[in-house]
Amino acid sequence: MFETLVQAIAQGVLLGGYYAIIAAGLSLMFGVVRFINLAHGDMLVLGAMLALFAVEGMGWPVWLAVLTVLPVMAALGWLAQGLMFERALQGGALLPILVTLGLGAALQNAMFGLFGSNTRSLGAHIGALSWSGWTLPGGITLGKLPVLVFVTAVGVLGLLHLMMTRTRLGRAIRATASDPEAAELCGIDARRVHRAAAAIAAALAALGGVFLAMRAQVTPYAGPAQLIFAFEAVVIGGVGSLWGTLIGGIVLGLAQTLGGAIAPQLSLLAGHLVLLAALAWRILRDEAAARGGWRALTLRGGETR
Amino acid sequence: MTDTRLRPLPRADRLLIGAAALLLAVLALAPVYASALVIDKLTQLGIYVLMAVMWNLLAGYAGLVSVGQQAFVGLGGYAMVRLVETGLGPFPALLVAPLLVAAVAWLLSSFVLRLRIGEFAIAMWVLAEVFRALVMTDPLVQGETGTSLVVLNAYDPQTRRLAIYWIALASAAAVLVAAYRLLSGRLGAESQAIRDDEEAAASVGVSTFRVKRVIFALAAGGCALAGTLWLASAITFQPRTGFGIQWTVFMLFMVLTGGLGTFLGPVVGAVFLIALQEIFGDFGAWYLFGIGAVAIGFALFLPRGLVGAWIDHSGREPLARRRVLDDACQTPPAP
Repeated sequence: MFETLVQAIAQGVLLGGYYAIIAAGLSLMFGVVRFINLAHGDMLVLGAMLALFAVEGMGWPVWLAVLTVLPVMAALGWLAQGLMFERALQGGALLPILVTLGLGAALQNAMFGLFGSNTRSLGAHIGALSWSGWTLPGGITLGKLPVLVFVTAVGVLGLLHLMMTRTRLGRAIRATASDPEAAELCGIDARRVHRAAAAIAAALAALGGVFLAMRAQVTPYAGPAQLIFAFEAVVIGGVGSLWGTLIGGIVLGLAQTLGGAIAPQLSLLAGHLVLLAALAWRILRDEAAARGGWRALTLRGGETR
Repeated sequence: MTDTRLRPLPRADRLLIGAAALLLAVLALAPVYASALVIDKLTQLGIYVLMAVMWNLLAGYAGLVSVGQQAFVGLGGYAMVRLVETGLGPFPALLVAPLLVAAVAWLLSSFVLRLRIGEFAIAMWVLAEVFRALVMTDPLVQGETGTSLVVLNAYDPQTRRLAIYWIALASAAAVLVAAYRLLSGRLGAESQAIRDDEEAAASVGVSTFRVKRVIFALAAGGCALAGTLWLASAITFQPRTGFGIQWTVFMLFMVLTGGLGTFLGPVVGAVFLIALQEIFGDFGAWYLFGIGAVAIGFALFLPRGLVGAWIDHSGREPLARRRVLDDACQTPPAP
């Protein structure tokens, strides 16, 4: 019993790495471009499908496929921002939701038309990585692939952190995120910054897609479920925080594996409930703050007595 | 006096209403002259109109962008299955289930309506997933397998088809009339004020929460009615289809192409969607790809939809109810 619990916790934390990767792109778009990309999950699946096509259809080695798909998806993200999202953003809060939901439907069905409905996986092409693991004292096993994904996630978030704090582009991104007009006045081209953010987000989605294809089966319609996970990680971790996505991802992963340890059907449900709880907590905290905070509430209670 | 009243209907609108009444009569008599296939298509059109009008009320008038209306479509179907199981006849269940779902939405609204716009959109979707997961644990639904409303097989197929058709037609017409009356009344003015500027609306004394709540519950009930009608014509209830995101994609498509926030937009959009489905539906996934692509095209290049384009062209909105100050009524507005 105790071992199952520890095992579930270890798996949940590692799974959180995957969620952090897919949430980081979404969070970047949301925080910098103020754009809710409902097609993020479908772009993730597109990345996975392209990698699968390179490996299965053209016989490329997996590492080459991954190294090619990431820049290709970054370019597609750049184009999508320039051709579609930019225009949608000018139309208020509603249009981005409409455009990206439409884009999601278009992507899903185009992939279905091109690649068929067969479930596919990169698992057969990465050899022992897909199934082998390390056994820790106490009988806890850590899969090599989940550890690789987690380490990659921490590495990617670290790189993003360095980029945000140390580079020109990072400064431009932060400036645009906090005040696009003031940033423009300082000579920053906000549109270029937005495109760069979209390119990074798409590359992160593709990286997530490749990992998803390595550890599971992918279908053209798998995107929306991944989008929900990404959203849950973003909201639980706190919108606009880079390392928050890792915390949110780990909390989500833990909720899912612990829920799944109780009953398989509970796995996804537990994740959803944690999100709703996080939102409810946010509402309560904001409403309390609007009335002067918890301290003010207790003080007022004291006064009436 | 700052009393306001509705400006009298222009002649074109009175003609339009007359034509709509005529069309309703023609459609009600459709079983006399149309084939079973046409009746089925018209039933589907009625369901689509119902969904589109509901989504338009939410997003176009109350500013509530939900990507989770499939929650209520699915819940409507599930409530109907459950009600029939308890012994209620399928046709009463078809109408009672939406009331139950509207009550659920009323309770839910105290939570979801406090969320910000993006949070609301996503939370609704997550709620749909939660409802789907919960419904799947019901032994009656048998997980992914779903269940069938076998009681409907007791009716002769033609009788059943006609009954569902007339209910769908009556529901679509009733929802249009109700939306029209609602929007020309106090709630309509309030909801449009909220959509245009929520803070300003609140500052002049509109209870934004109450207005949103009424519209949210109403839209949930309407979507549930669409769900029960769809279940009655399809007979099989599967959680994956019932709670599928495709319902919201269709609603959004119809409202967007027809014209968000216009009264006639959803109807035009529903007809447009059915027409596309008839012409291109055989292409399967590529047809759905086209639906997505057309939605993007409309959002980017014609964001006010077909009716919006017509308004821009003609300078006036068909069936818009404009309020005017009483004394302003005496003098016609400058052209």
